Amino acid sequence: MSALSMRTRRIVKNRAFLALCLLSTSVTILILALLIMSIMLQGSHFLFNSEAINAVFAHGELSQLTKVIRWEFLTNFASRFPQKAGIYAAVIGSIWVCAICALLALPLGIGTAIYLEEFAPKNRLTALIDFNIRNLAGVPSIVYGILGLTAFTRMFGFFGSDKNSALSFGPEDAWWHIQLPFGQGLLAGGLTLMLVVLPIVIISSREALRAVPASLRQASLAIGATPWQTASFITLPAAIPSILTGAILAMSRAMGEAAPLLVLGIPVFIANTPDNLTDNFTVLPFQIFNWAGRPQESFHQLAASAIVVLLVVLICFNGVAVYLRHKLRRPMA
Amino acid sequence: MSALSVKAASNAVALTRRGVTRSNRTRDGWEFMIRGLLGCTALISIAITAGIIMILLRETIAFIQLPEIHLTDFLFGTTWSPLLGAEKHFGIWPLVCGTFLVSMVAAATAIPLGLITAVYLSEYATVSKRALLKPVIEILAGVPTVVYGFFALLVITPALQSACNFLFGAPIFSGYNAGAAGIAVGIMILPIVASLSEDAMQSVPRSLREGAYALGSTKFDVSVKVVTPAALSGVMASCFLAITRAIGETMVVALAAGGLAHMTLNPADQVQTMTAYMVQIFLGDAPAFGVENLSSYAVAMVLFLLTLMLSIIGNILLNRFREVYE
Repeated sequence: MSALSMRTRRIVKNRAFLALCLLSTSVTILILALLIMSIMLQGSHFLFNSEAINAVFAHGELSQLTKVIRWEFLTNFASRFPQKAGIYAAVIGSIWVCAICALLALPLGIGTAIYLEEFAPKNRLTALIDFNIRNLAGVPSIVYGILGLTAFTRMFGFFGSDKNSALSFGPEDAWWHIQLPFGQGLLAGGLTLMLVVLPIVIISSREALRAVPASLRQASLAIGATPWQTASFITLPAAIPSILTGAILAMSRAMGEAAPLLVLGIPVFIANTPDNLTDNFTVLPFQIFNWAGRPQESFHQLAASAIVVLLVVLICFNGVAVYLRHKLRRPMA
Repeated sequence: MSALSVKAASNAVALTRRGVTRSNRTRDGWEFMIRGLLGCTALISIAITAGIIMILLRETIAFIQLPEIHLTDFLFGTTWSPLLGAEKHFGIWPLVCGTFLVSMVAAATAIPLGLITAVYLSEYATVSKRALLKPVIEILAGVPTVVYGFFALLVITPALQSACNFLFGAPIFSGYNAGAAGIAVGIMILPIVASLSEDAMQSVPRSLREGAYALGSTKFDVSVKVVTPAALSGVMASCFLAITRAIGETMVVALAAGGLAHMTLNPADQVQTMTAYMVQIFLGDAPAFGVENLSSYAVAMVLFLLTLMLSIIGNILLNRFREVYE
């Protein structure tokens, strides 16, 4: 009889634990729903045109459909007046900085991953690099901001102060006009973000390369291909879908980072888009930070609207990553 | 053999054909160059670490050598008032205390939720439940930190205040507080705990589970008494790595935790963390070479060492775990 009660007790315990699991997972889902709903509610004011919504849905005037979204919010510059404020400069700045970051971080990160997985001899130096990369991933992004401030914005003071640059290359009006030091320009921002996402790109690319079966490499080496030919023609093409997925996730991290750029001292209020690689810029997360930190209610609504835009962009990024993961995945060996 | 390996083999054959026309010497030279180039990219990560340490060390030494700073005050002082008052005090402990408080609230939120989620995903969940829960966790992981800051300041804080109003008749939580910031950071690190722990539990061999089931265990017995202990070092590593992220988190605490550095462990109070102090200095256009500016580098040094230590512990635990099962 005691055996029976023991058994019942264990079954009850099992059921109770399952209930706890379901409870905690629903809490997680609830948190996400609350997060999205509260932001949508606060953000709708500046994002949508209530008159146009009314016209379309209550009166069926489809001609008003394009006016449902307040396009001014996307095409205006930041302003002291919430009604006139927009995120144009921040969106353009974010796109520029992320593009620069991707162009720098992806080749470096994937190159490092290929070296460590395909070429590196098993010695102390390799072990040190490996250990170092794992720990770099845990370094707070604001610390990378300090490195960026000294190494890129001020360039260790080699070229004078960052306010008036000592050297410049290229014609003033060309997009590739570059000043030294970089100051608070696009290049400084892109390079700093590169520091933040490099460990992430390396780690995810290495995992992707490690998942390629050894038999493929051995087949290639056995018929006389060199290690680099094997890596570039066999291993890399097989791993590219997972590498791209990791790269896109790393880029969405770069898109959402504000702390390292804040340390560089990028401006909040800017009334033009960047003209060249060392021109000033601002980014969406920093704009959100600034608006959310102000006391007035309407700026909080602006922040929420900008968050909606940022999240839509990130969800598109993630959608592409999921698509790549499913469509490009082929059976390997 | 699958289509891919056939293609791989034909690629390789095409290659060798091309290789015949090129002499072995140029091919070897090319190989050598590529290998050197890739090796250089790998060394960049070492250069980054060296750069961080060099810069932080240089500025921290400059800070300590200032006449108004004493190293013992900095390391053991309990007053941090660099901007206010006639006499400036630089004792790091209030900032460490603020960081500790926020991280503990975050850990208290994320670790129980994350571990239960991990057990559920790894042991209980059916395929369809997984397909629902996994994307939720991935989305939570992908939300930018500034969004969590907004959430902490404008949703969690008012919610805590009205809950306390209802229960105790007073809001208790101030407009900026460590509790709300900690909960938001906790939500942010929840995906780290959940996914790393789940990975660890998944790599526990099936034979252990089957042995336990054969002895008549329930799922609860298997997950709590077999799988979790077997995956313990991986689970602990996930907690360490998550807390590392919480300590270094910046935007949430800069928005929602306030700006008053004092020694408190009350989550309803406002606190200043190390990262929030750095934000205050770098946003405030402090003169580039003043005491305040240098102090932020010293704070960054403490933050860097702290996170480095935790992340090293986490990675050592993770390595030990991998050695056992992989």
